[in-house]
Amino acid sequence: MAQMTLQRKLAILSDAAKYDASCASSGTTRRDSSQGGIGSAGGTGICHAYAPDGRCISLLKILMTNFCIYDCAYCVNRVSSNVERARFSPEEVVTLTLEFYRRNMIEGLFLSSGIIRGPDQTMQDMVRIARMLRIDHGFKGYIHLKTIPDAAPELVAEAGLLADRLSVNVELPQDRSLRTLAPEKRPETIRATMAGVRLEREAATDRSFTGKRPPRFVPAGQSTQMIVGADDTSDREILRTSANLYSGYDLRRVYYSAFSPIPDASRALPLVKPPLVREHRLYQADWLMRFYGFEAEEIGGASPDGNLDLEIDPKLAWALANRAAFPLVVARASKEQLLRVPGFGTKTVSRILAARRHATLRYADLLRMGAVMSKARAFVVLPDWRPGQLTDSAGLRARFTPPAEQLSLF
Amino acid sequence: MIRVELPHFDRFDAWRASARQLATAAVPPDHIQWVTKGDAADLFGGEPMPPPGNQPLRVSKDFLTLARTVSFHSDPERWALLYLALVGMQAERDLCQNPADPLMIRLGALAKSVRRDIHKMHAFLRFHEMPSQGPRRSFAAWFEPEHPILEAAVPFFAKRFADMDWLIATPEGTAHFDGSVSLSPPGPRPDLPPDAGHELWQTYFANIFNPARVKINAMRSEMPLKYWKNLPETRLIPEMLADAPRRVRAMAEAGATEGPGFAAKVTARVRIPQRTTQPTTLAEAGQQAAICTRCDLCHAATQTVWGEGNPGASLMIVGEAPGDQEDLLGRPFVGPAGQLLREIMAEVGLDPEQAWLTNAVKHFKYTPRGRQRLHQNPNRGEIQHCRWWLDLERRFVRPRLTVALGASAAFSLTGNPAPLTARRGKIEAARYGGPTLISWHPSLILRLPVAEARSARQELVGDLAKAAALIG
Repeated sequence: MAQMTLQRKLAILSDAAKYDASCASSGTTRRDSSQGGIGSAGGTGICHAYAPDGRCISLLKILMTNFCIYDCAYCVNRVSSNVERARFSPEEVVTLTLEFYRRNMIEGLFLSSGIIRGPDQTMQDMVRIARMLRIDHGFKGYIHLKTIPDAAPELVAEAGLLADRLSVNVELPQDRSLRTLAPEKRPETIRATMAGVRLEREAATDRSFTGKRPPRFVPAGQSTQMIVGADDTSDREILRTSANLYSGYDLRRVYYSAFSPIPDASRALPLVKPPLVREHRLYQADWLMRFYGFEAEEIGGASPDGNLDLEIDPKLAWALANRAAFPLVVARASKEQLLRVPGFGTKTVSRILAARRHATLRYADLLRMGAVMSKARAFVVLPDWRPGQLTDSAGLRARFTPPAEQLSLF
Repeated sequence: MIRVELPHFDRFDAWRASARQLATAAVPPDHIQWVTKGDAADLFGGEPMPPPGNQPLRVSKDFLTLARTVSFHSDPERWALLYLALVGMQAERDLCQNPADPLMIRLGALAKSVRRDIHKMHAFLRFHEMPSQGPRRSFAAWFEPEHPILEAAVPFFAKRFADMDWLIATPEGTAHFDGSVSLSPPGPRPDLPPDAGHELWQTYFANIFNPARVKINAMRSEMPLKYWKNLPETRLIPEMLADAPRRVRAMAEAGATEGPGFAAKVTARVRIPQRTTQPTTLAEAGQQAAICTRCDLCHAATQTVWGEGNPGASLMIVGEAPGDQEDLLGRPFVGPAGQLLREIMAEVGLDPEQAWLTNAVKHFKYTPRGRQRLHQNPNRGEIQHCRWWLDLERRFVRPRLTVALGASAAFSLTGNPAPLTARRGKIEAARYGGPTLISWHPSLILRLPVAEARSARQELVGDLAKAAALIG
C-alpha cells in the first residue's frame, strides 16, 4: 500500500471521530505557559469554530486509528464495515495538535481510538501521545482521552494524571441493547471503569499527612455518551439511566447523540434518522435534573408514554401537567419554586432573588431582567399581573405549540 | 461644560482618575463631555477641570470590574453612563446589587457585548506562521473586533502563546509580543503568507462535519457572519451545505452492506462466550455471576459483587447486599459497615482472609438523589433470584458454619422471614442443611442511637466470638 499523506489520514480519522458529541474544554485547572511550555487552560472553554451541523469545534477530535476488532452495529468503524482505514503515528498526532494549537484553532486534543490488537495496547498508545504532549512539549492545553473500558487500571490511572478529562461511553441507554448491538462490549465493565475513575478522583483530593496535595486526577472530570434512537428506549428510561450515572460516577456530563445514519451501515439498525429535536429535549431535561432540582421521574412522567413532548420544552410540559403548583407569587416564592417556573432560567431566578430585596417586582421588571414572560405569565402572580383563569385554561398548551398545519391533499 | 479627553490606550485608568476628581468636586453628570482622542472636536470650548473636592466617594469592587469591561465598548455614551452610575451609587449604596435598575441593566448589556466580543476574538483569531528571524517561531494575525477590545483581549494570548513571537493587528491598533506585550497605533493591514497549517485545518473542518444533521442557525448564532471573512474554514461552508443532502441520500441508497469476510474471525477471538452450563467450580460460578441478569438490579448497579476470602473456609459470613463503596470497588464489605465488621472480626480473633465473605444479593440497590445514591433494601423477589448464587457459593465453599448478618441474609439462608430480634444469637438450619448463626448486620450499629448501638455491637461481638469458638 502506498504511503498515505498526513492530509488523507486526517480526513479519514476526523471523519471517523465526528460521531462523538463531546467537545467541552472547560472547567479544568488554571494553568498557562508563562513559566515555559505552550498553551493555557482553565475557566470557560472556547469554541474556535462551528460546523454547519451546529456543533462546536473546540478540540482536535480525531481517532488514533479507525482499525477496530470490535463489531458494534452503530459504529462506522466496526470490523465489519468497509470504510477506508488509516492510522496515525503518535508523532503525527502530537504535531497536528501543536500546529493547530499555535495557530489558535483549537483548545487541545480529544483523542479516541478503535481497538487494535487489544484494549491494553490501544490505551498504551493513547497514553504515550498524552505523555509526549505534556512532558516532552510542555503542552498546557486541554486533553480529553477516551478510555478503553477493558484497559488495565494502571493505564487508566496514568491517563488520568495526564489528561484533563477521561470518558467512557455507555453507548446505549439499556444494557440489553448494548449486549445485542455491541456483543464485544460489556455494560458492567464500562460502569466499573467509570467507578474506578470516580474513586481515583476522590483519592486525589485527600491530602497526605504532611498536608501535601496529590497531583490532580482528571481535573475536568469524566463524561459519557449514549446514542439516542438506535433502540426503542423511552426518554423516561434514558433519563433514569442518566440519573443513575450522575449519582454513581460523579460525571460532569452525559452527552446524548441522536442516532445518525452512517455510511456503510449495519443491517442491525434503522437507516432513518430520529428527529434532532429529541436530542435537544433530552439535553433540556438533563439540565433540569442538574440545575433546577428536578428528578428524572418527574420529567419523564409528564407524559403517559414516557417520551418527552417534542413540541414544547420539558419544563413547560411538566408545569402544564402539574398546574396545581401554580400560579406562584413571585414576591414570596422560594428559590426551588421559582426554578420550576417555565420561562425563568437560573440566572433570572438569582436576579429575582437579589432584586426583590430592593423593590417590588413588576411585570416590566421581570421582562427587563431576562424572564421569558410569554411562557412565565400563565404561572406567576405579580402586583400588576394575575393570570386569572389562564393557568387552568384548557387551551393553554396550544398557546405554546406551533399552529396546526393543513395537510396537502395531493 | 467640562471636556475630558481620554487617550487611545489605558482609557479606563484615565477615565477612573478623571471621574474620581470630578465626582469628589460634585460635578453633575450633565456638565461633563467625555471624548476619546481623535473624536471630532466640540464646537464649544470646555471649562477647565476643577480641583479635587471633598465629596466622599465609595465604590464597590463589582462596579469597578463592570466599569472596566464597559470601557471597552464602542458606544460613545459609555463614559457618561459610567459616571452617572458612579454618582448614583453615592446616593444609593447598593445600586450595583439591584438587577432590576434600568441603568444597571443598560451597563450590564454593554458589558455583556464586550465580553462576548473578547471571547469571539479569543476564538476566531487565526495565526499565520511568518518567517522567523531568531530561535523563536513567529506568527501574525489580522482581526476585526466589533469594539476597541485589543487591550483587554491580548493578555490571554500572552499567557497562552508565551514561547513564540506574535503580532495581532486590528483596525484599532497593533499588539506585538516578544516576551512582553507592546501596543501601538493602527498600521496597515499585514500581508499574511499562505500557511500549510490552514489547509490542514480546512481538511479537518470539512471532515468533522456530519451531513446527516444540518443546523445552520445554531452555527450562525455562535459564529456570526461578521467574523467569517478572516476565517480560513468558513469559505468551505456553502459547498459543504450544498453537498450534504446528496451525501445523506447516497447513504440511504447504499443501504446496509456486507462486511469483509475476516470480520467474523476477528470478533470470534474477542467475543465473550455466553456460558449457560452449570458451573463446576467456585471461580466459574463467579465468572457467570459477573454477567447475571436474573433480576433488574444489574441495570443500575455498577457490577456484580462476588464473595471473597478463602474458598475452602470453614466460616462463611453473609451480609445483605453491596453498598455504594462495595459497588464501585466490586468487593464485599469495604464500606463503613464492612469496616466495622472487619474491626469486630479482628477483636474476636477471626481473620477475614480465612473466612468467605459474601452477600445475600450481589448487586447494589439504590435510588439516585442528585449526586448521591441512597441505599435501598433488596426485596424478597430479588433475594430469591440471587439465592441461586448464594447456594452455589455454599455448595463449593462447604463452610462448617454460616453466619447470617441481618434479616435479608437470614431469610435467604433459612427461608424464614420472621423478625430478627427473637432469633438473634441462635443457630438455625439452612435450607439445604448446615448450621446458620443469626446476628445483627453491622450497618444496624451505625444507624442506631449511641446507647442502643453499644449493646447491639456487644451482641454482634458475642455472636462472632461464638462462631469463632464453634469452628475453632
